[in-house]
Amino acid sequence: MYEIVKVEELAPKIKLFEVYAPDIAEKSRPGQFIIIITGEKGERVPLTIAGYDVKKGTITFVFNEVGKTTRQLGMMKKGECIWNITGPLGNPSEIRNFGKVLCVAGGVMIAPMLLQVKALREAGNTVVTVMGARIKELLFFKEEMKALSHRFYVATDDGSEGYKGLSFLKDVLASEKFDRCIAMGPVAMLQTVCGLTKPYKIPTIVALMPIMVDGMGMCGVCRVSVGGQMKFGCVDGPEFDGHLVDFEELIKRQRMFLPEERLSALLWELGGCGCGAS
Amino acid sequence: MPKQPPEVRRHNFNEVALGYTEEQALEEADRCLQCPKPQCVKGCPVEVDIPAFIKLLREGKYEEGIRKIKEKNSLPAICGRVCPQEEQCQKMCVLGKVGDSVSIGRLERFLADWERAKGFTIPERAPPTGKRVAVIGAGPAGLTAAADLAKLGHEVVIFEALHLPGGVLVYGIPEFRLPKSIVQAEVDYIKKLGVELKLGYLIGRTYTIPELLKEEGFDAVFIGTGAGLPQFLGVPGENLGGIYSANEFLIRVNLMKSYAFPEYDTPIRVGRHVAVIGGGNVAMDAARSALRLGAEQVYIVYRRSRDEMPARKEEIENAEEEGVIFKLLTNPTRFIGDEKGWVKQMECIRMELGPPDESGRRRPVPVKDSEFLMDVDTVIIAIGRTPNPIIQRTTEGLAVTKWGTIMADENGKTSLEGVYAGGDIVTGEATVISAMGAGKRAARAIHEYLMSKR
Ligand SMILES: Cc1cc2nc3c(=O)[nH]c(=O)nc-3n(C[C@H](O)[C@H](O)[C@H](O)COP(=O)(O)OP(=O)(O)OC[C@H]3O[C@@H](n4cnc5c(N)ncnc54)[C@H](O)[C@@H]3O)c2cc1C
Ligand SMILES: Cc1cc2nc3c(=O)[nH]c(=O)nc-3n(C[C@H](O)[C@H](O)[C@H](O)COP(=O)(O)OP(=O)(O)OC[C@H]3O[C@@H](n4cnc5c(N)ncnc54)[C@H](O)[C@@H]3O)c2cc1C
Ligand code: SF4
Ligand code: FES
Repeated sequence: MYEIVKVEELAPKIKLFEVYAPDIAEKSRPGQFIIIITGEKGERVPLTIAGYDVKKGTITFVFNEVGKTTRQLGMMKKGECIWNITGPLGNPSEIRNFGKVLCVAGGVMIAPMLLQVKALREAGNTVVTVMGARIKELLFFKEEMKALSHRFYVATDDGSEGYKGLSFLKDVLASEKFDRCIAMGPVAMLQTVCGLTKPYKIPTIVALMPIMVDGMGMCGVCRVSVGGQMKFGCVDGPEFDGHLVDFEELIKRQRMFLPEERLSALLWELGGCGCGAS
Repeated sequence: MPKQPPEVRRHNFNEVALGYTEEQALEEADRCLQCPKPQCVKGCPVEVDIPAFIKLLREGKYEEGIRKIKEKNSLPAICGRVCPQEEQCQKMCVLGKVGDSVSIGRLERFLADWERAKGFTIPERAPPTGKRVAVIGAGPAGLTAAADLAKLGHEVVIFEALHLPGGVLVYGIPEFRLPKSIVQAEVDYIKKLGVELKLGYLIGRTYTIPELLKEEGFDAVFIGTGAGLPQFLGVPGENLGGIYSANEFLIRVNLMKSYAFPEYDTPIRVGRHVAVIGGGNVAMDAARSALRLGAEQVYIVYRRSRDEMPARKEEIENAEEEGVIFKLLTNPTRFIGDEKGWVKQMECIRMELGPPDESGRRRPVPVKDSEFLMDVDTVIIAIGRTPNPIIQRTTEGLAVTKWGTIMADENGKTSLEGVYAGGDIVTGEATVISAMGAGKRAARAIHEYLMSKR
């Protein structure tokens, strides 16, 4: 049982949880993830670690309330307990002095990106960050990100704040040299970023989110094709060379259980959440 | 032994074999000759004193009978159900030479079930030794090692990566062959011996083995992490939707109880025409699960002939009775998907048997130009599993074979001091009882090591 010590609503349907999990906190590194399960009948849900505090013994993660489990999770309150958490899982990000790094984060992944940016800064890099979301209401951690970055851009899909979409990056990439790019966020965004950095041969690392079950290399559902080879997202990743990833396949695989997930959410909505409010 | 009729059981996940009644058990026990030099015991990897427990059963001394079994075997209800008895104790039984051997496994199951119904008695533990042992993995190897070490007075902590203990017993073998409540009951028994169970701890990530020994205060470590890495065919189209590894399929169904979706949150999708690739127990379990999930046709596609199938005979028969269709001497060569990326067809090639290969079985060779298409919407690949690599990758100095298994001697001793290993992680995919045997021998060796270390 893992106690929730802090709950914060960062944006509509985006929540931050801080959870007491000293053994995991001690081992967490940027780029790794955890798997939570809310109860006996629950699903195993992978979430990226967005922070850890060894002294307090806590870890932080930020999630989007999309389907049944994350919405259920979103209803939990401070002081309540999560049934089980496994982690840290996956390989830590490679953090060293690369020179100048471009960090692009979309949606909920802004939170774990903040952790990366912090680490990259400490390692002596010049960090240029881009944070994006569908609409401006979904942006969060702006001040924090700005404070940590040497330069900082905002983009929204509808142009309600900052640049409209990521095409402005074309000019940025044309006018200055980057030694590395890191992208975290929805697949479509990752694919766009990789398309932009490829002509400049900037090593581009993407954090992938294939469907997972065990998260420890046993089921193979998280398989992704990288450079024509089969890799397991959970143990070989989650970060891969974005220029080698077969994104089309990844997108199809992510949608595999869409009808079932919709059904699950729908039934849950009809049955209510038990809190009397629905 | 009475079973659920095939047309009923193919629609439910309840246990297929119903177990002996008391009368049937006594009758069967009566057949045992109480051989002075019992051969059956030689066939048992953990050396259960078979004639002795059968004698006690026959005399109605069930309590003493189960105690006798448990002297050697901490998981009798499990072994009584899934051990390949026909290849082990029962194969050696003298009666088998002239007719039917004694159904030792079913008698074992009878006593174990009797005890569970009545409630377990907890054996005495030796006085505390002050030594601490970390056991990694709560499969049959780890559970057995933990139970034996606890009885010897050591403080034992099991670290299990999944959120439930049992290893393959909970994530692989289906409910209809081994009810999970039985695994749970036997795990509870081990907990009552004082063993602490930490779930959700992936060793190699949460802690490494050197950290367990140097920082977490353990005096020895036993690795029982099994063979959990699924193998794929390496043919085109394998990443299409609807193509599962047997591990994924079985983990969804058993561990996550997808058969009860949406009551349980983890989904599974099984179409109408399912092909299971492989011929072992895993393939049979997957095929029979697919039937129960509502598939219309389930094929076992196997590249050799029936005689070479590694699955237990009983399970092949069960599958056949339930309506699984066997496509033998057939091998997939590629998968073809629809526009959404879901599998819709499978190209196969016919095979014939050539001369024997290294495994002693006749080698399957493709018949030229014999490719044909099968319409399938679900494929389950059950062609074998290799060891979990996380520990090997994160433990410096641990000697590993070229197959990725951990090198260990007969007693589980590895290349690192105080580190022992056993079960599938050492042998590659084997059996429940052989993993338990390895756990037992390692427990004995760890005990000697700890007591001589003072
Ligand atoms: C390594 C990794 C790290 C992740 N980190 C985060 C994180 O920090 N914050 C966060 O909000 N989410 C993260 N995700 C995605 C998150 O796990 C899924 O959104 C979650 O499983 C949804 O669960 P659900 O039951 O609420 O929704 P479901 O009912 O399972 O699904 C609802 C919707 O989410 C989509 N979905 C399901 N699984 C995934 C997946 N693995 N990746 C992307 N989309 C998915 C479905 O297609 C569907 O549209 C991560 C996933 C992985 C694999
Ligand atoms: C579907 C299927 C059906 C089978 N049917 C039969 C049968 O009928 N009869 C029979 O005798 N045998 C059968 N077997 C084989 C048998 O189950 C195995 O040989 C046996 O379970 C091996 O035991 P083990 O303890 O070595 O490993 P496992 O049972 O694999 O247990 C290993 C445990 O370690 C955990 N683990 C792995 N890595 C880590 C880590 N780094 N940190 C912490 N924990 C970790 C795993 O989660 C798992 O719980 C079957 C196998 C399968 C897959
Ligand atoms: S060999 Fe058969 S008959 Fe003889 S003791 Fe063993 S079970 Fe009984
Ligand atoms: S999630 Fe199962 S192997 Fe990666």
